[in-house]
Amino acid sequence: MSEYYRAEDLGKFGDMGKAAPALWEKFNAWYGEVFKAGALTEREKSLIALAVAHAVQCPYCIDAYTQDALAKGADVAQMTEAIHVTAAIRGGASLVHGVQMRNRAGSLLPE
Amino acid sequence: MAASSTALDAAVGLAFETRLARAGAWPLTAARPNLLQLNLGYRCNLNCKHCHLEAGPDRTEEMSPAVLEAALAFAERSGIAQFDLTGGAPELHPRFRWLVEQIRARQGDVIDRCNLAILGEPGQEDLVEFLAAQRVRVAASLPHYNREMTDRVRGAGVFDRLIAGLKKLNAAGYGRPGSGLELTLVHSPAGALLPAQQTSLEQEFRTQLERQHGIVFTQLIVITNIPVGRFLKFLERTGNLQPYMARLEQQFNLATLPNLMCRTLLSIGWDGTVYDCDFNQALALPIANGAPLHIQDARLETLTGRAIRCRNHCYGCTAGQGSSCGGAVAE
Repeated sequence: MSEYYRAEDLGKFGDMGKAAPALWEKFNAWYGEVFKAGALTEREKSLIALAVAHAVQCPYCIDAYTQDALAKGADVAQMTEAIHVTAAIRGGASLVHGVQMRNRAGSLLPE
Repeated sequence: MAASSTALDAAVGLAFETRLARAGAWPLTAARPNLLQLNLGYRCNLNCKHCHLEAGPDRTEEMSPAVLEAALAFAERSGIAQFDLTGGAPELHPRFRWLVEQIRARQGDVIDRCNLAILGEPGQEDLVEFLAAQRVRVAASLPHYNREMTDRVRGAGVFDRLIAGLKKLNAAGYGRPGSGLELTLVHSPAGALLPAQQTSLEQEFRTQLERQHGIVFTQLIVITNIPVGRFLKFLERTGNLQPYMARLEQQFNLATLPNLMCRTLLSIGWDGTVYDCDFNQALALPIANGAPLHIQDARLETLTGRAIRCRNHCYGCTAGQGSSCGGAVAE
């Protein structure tokens, strides 16, 4: 194996159903329901998916949900803001752990 | 055009005709035509990046008075009362208003495929009033409710002209409930993308246009970009042709076949040649039964039941929810 990620592998996602078809069928049915318009529109759900794709750093998901978000009416400005949300949460998550660092430091150092 | 068609053929895994044959659906045959789509010419006030007919301000092709008369005569003897006027910008044809009046005087129904920007052109100041007085149904192409996305396709600064056009139409009653003046918005994706569900996009357009511009409309229809003309060249140039065609093939949907527009529509080119659809016109593929047919020689009996000429661009109309001049054709 010369590379871990290949764009054409996205088209083979369905192959995951070959060894466990019942599970795959359930996943697909649930997945389809999740992305239908409900309290959130399809465009809003697609933007959330795009943001999460960047959080989990999945190139397949980034490819798929860039296309999906554009098709569902999002524009590049909305998509960029969605990724800033990802980045803010990731950055904030690092920073908030700084409280743990400060707590620990406090326990090790004299007051 | 031939080189691009070859590129398209090379980009598909299975030829469209073979796919239909394997599904037992070959040949695709036409029902009795009930809609005449007249391409009045390729002259247009815009120069859109996706235009399958490569229309623009410099094009000079224009339907002659003799062809207009022949098309009206054919419709009369065939009992066809629905007309779809397209181009180019059909309103730029010098006899556009005469044609509309002729059709309406015969109790015919007219759809004007309007690019909206035409409504602000010099000499067209009273066009909206004319359309409203004639009860013409307006099918207005709007790539996106967002300025940047629209201008990418239509050209810089065009979005504001489209919004101005929509406001004029709304002011005349178009798109307002109870007015009887139908304003259909026509959306196709801005790039190498397949469109999302029509109902979902209609809600987005309705919310955004109302909130940002106070604009209302009757319905939104979604059209897949067919790999022909400038859009095909764009796909080739950007390396998107093969993946785009793969997605169209992957989403081939047999359920679209009964309602494809080519089964009930006749497309008449500016020179009077009869085609199965506007895209076949762009590809110079006249209808299949014998020699190329001129509208003055057309007979309903020979057109009904004819085999439709399909090529690989037809994957565009059969993917997912399908696509036609009237939008989606399947669930």
